[in-house]
Amino acid sequence: MSLFDWFADRRKGQFVGKVSQESDESDGLWGKCPECSQVVYRKDLLANASVCSNCGHHQRIDSKERIDLIVDPGSFKSFDRDLSPTDPLGFKDRRAYADRLRESQASTGLKDGVVTGTCCVEEMPLALAVMDFRFMGGSMGSVVGEKITRLVEHATTNQLPLLIVCASGGARMQEGMLSLMQMAKISGALERHREAELLYIPLLTHPTTGGVTASFAMLGDLILAEPKALIGFAGRRVIEQTLREKLPDNFQTAEYLQDHGFVDKIVPRTQLRSTLASLLRLHGSQPIKAAGG
Amino acid sequence: MARRYLLEFEKPLVELEQQIEQIRELARDSEVDVSQQLLQLETLATRRREEIFQALTPAQKIQVARHPQRPSTLDYIQMFCDEWVELHGDRCSSDDQALVGGIGRIGDRAVLLIGHQKGRDTKENVARNFGMATPGGYRKAMRLMDHADRFKLPILSFIDTPGAYAGLLAEEQGQGEAIAVNLREMFRLRVPVIATVIGEGGSGGALGIGVADRLLMFEHSVYTVASPEACASILWRDAAKAPEAAAALKITGPDLLSLGVVDEVLPEPAGGNNWAPLQAGDVLKEAIERHLDELLSLSTEQLREARYRKFRAMGRVLEPSTSESGLTA
Ligand SMILES: [Zn+2]
Repeated sequence: MSLFDWFADRRKGQFVGKVSQESDESDGLWGKCPECSQVVYRKDLLANASVCSNCGHHQRIDSKERIDLIVDPGSFKSFDRDLSPTDPLGFKDRRAYADRLRESQASTGLKDGVVTGTCCVEEMPLALAVMDFRFMGGSMGSVVGEKITRLVEHATTNQLPLLIVCASGGARMQEGMLSLMQMAKISGALERHREAELLYIPLLTHPTTGGVTASFAMLGDLILAEPKALIGFAGRRVIEQTLREKLPDNFQTAEYLQDHGFVDKIVPRTQLRSTLASLLRLHGSQPIKAAGG
Repeated sequence: MARRYLLEFEKPLVELEQQIEQIRELARDSEVDVSQQLLQLETLATRRREEIFQALTPAQKIQVARHPQRPSTLDYIQMFCDEWVELHGDRCSSDDQALVGGIGRIGDRAVLLIGHQKGRDTKENVARNFGMATPGGYRKAMRLMDHADRFKLPILSFIDTPGAYAGLLAEEQGQGEAIAVNLREMFRLRVPVIATVIGEGGSGGALGIGVADRLLMFEHSVYTVASPEACASILWRDAAKAPEAAAALKITGPDLLSLGVVDEVLPEPAGGNNWAPLQAGDVLKEAIERHLDELLSLSTEQLREARYRKFRAMGRVLEPSTSESGLTA
């Protein structure tokens, strides 16, 4: 967005480009970009919002990193942190759903796949939901649906603009039809938010697919996406099977969706915060001093 | 009557039906009185059929739900309405044959009827894309629902799709966006909406015309978050486990009634609705009129609030301090 950001990107790019490659990845200080294989100093990567400064590849980040990137420091107040999933169907495939849940909870420290709350961006209030792809592929079950719905309702009641950061493989099959119905539930809450003439912006990150695409991801007043993010309704494999022909290389990327009119703007992560602040300001948000929320 | 298409688990009935047919022919060609024998065999066949259909597994119900002779959206419309005008087009660029709609009269009420439409045979199925609607189909449905909203026509929606169409063009035209908009806008409608799963309800493609004040389902219909085949190949890594997935996903009427997703399960004759289409039509018409009477007694605000509350309550979560909530008893 701003020239300053752009220069900051450039400078870091040059710096990382000169890093020697005789590093040891296992010590955790160094990492390799999965896209261009550039070896980078992890601290630099983090300072650059986990975007490779060599090739611009956006590495996947978790909900905490995402929130830190967006909000004014210390301004995030989380909601329903302890709302937990149940196993309404007693579902078991090769493994029990209950075991998968416990495992995801242990590895992420979250109860389920979305973090919600209120925050400030450049002192302007915002309701924020961030899906966490680490938690069972960001799949949407009852808890994800309930937490997002409560957040949307809170935003409507308190006249707040809303940002949902999407990252999801779609509905959580282990909760059966209850997970499909979350699509309708959230869309209903968004209808009321819209009726109240409040701003809703989804940010589509890699990947945003299935039931999330067919509901709140596509219902934004403005729709933002991260560069090269995979965004689509049906899986590529399914489509290839039906068509028996090769799909375009950029099929279902953020750029492809923008070309076809479904994304307003592709925003590099390093410019996310400033872009959001701009959009909020342009839609009449005012900075609130001190005691926010 | 046309020859019936028998499902695999109905095969035990084949021999009986052949015997019945033979005896009928015999009776036609001779003077022998076979009525007693015929009655016995028919009673036996009926009993066997009832036994089979009372014990259907979820995977078998899917087969009944997909039966090529199961009554379709246009069949029900033909049975319900003596006046019916089909309407076409999404006003963008297409007229999807997999999602049909129009205005008709049921009893003394004018209503909007929309639904997925499969074909009876291969040729028609190709034209109807096997009931898999494109973005244009969902936009056509929304355009018609907006029309109903303006002219105060209650909306009857018939769900019968394996899922929304998955294809290059569908993605290009925004399949996700088309369905999403329907989900949101159906909450805005000021007229009653009654949706019925008449065959199979496949995921978002079904929900795209399924945000309703009442969700009805036939006894052997199924409604799934993902096709059991897809679910099996993702979670079991083996598409052959589809029957297990079908059972685990809880896709039948009674299951969905207890999960609070469905409002009423409509009975089917033994053999399924394909066995007695007119009876199926009567059952559905009675249920729709009964629910319409209830819904039309509500004010617009009551109607919309109740619709919101209905979906708001779906899901099961564990509150930290209290016990399980979300679903009302
Ligand atoms: Zn790179």
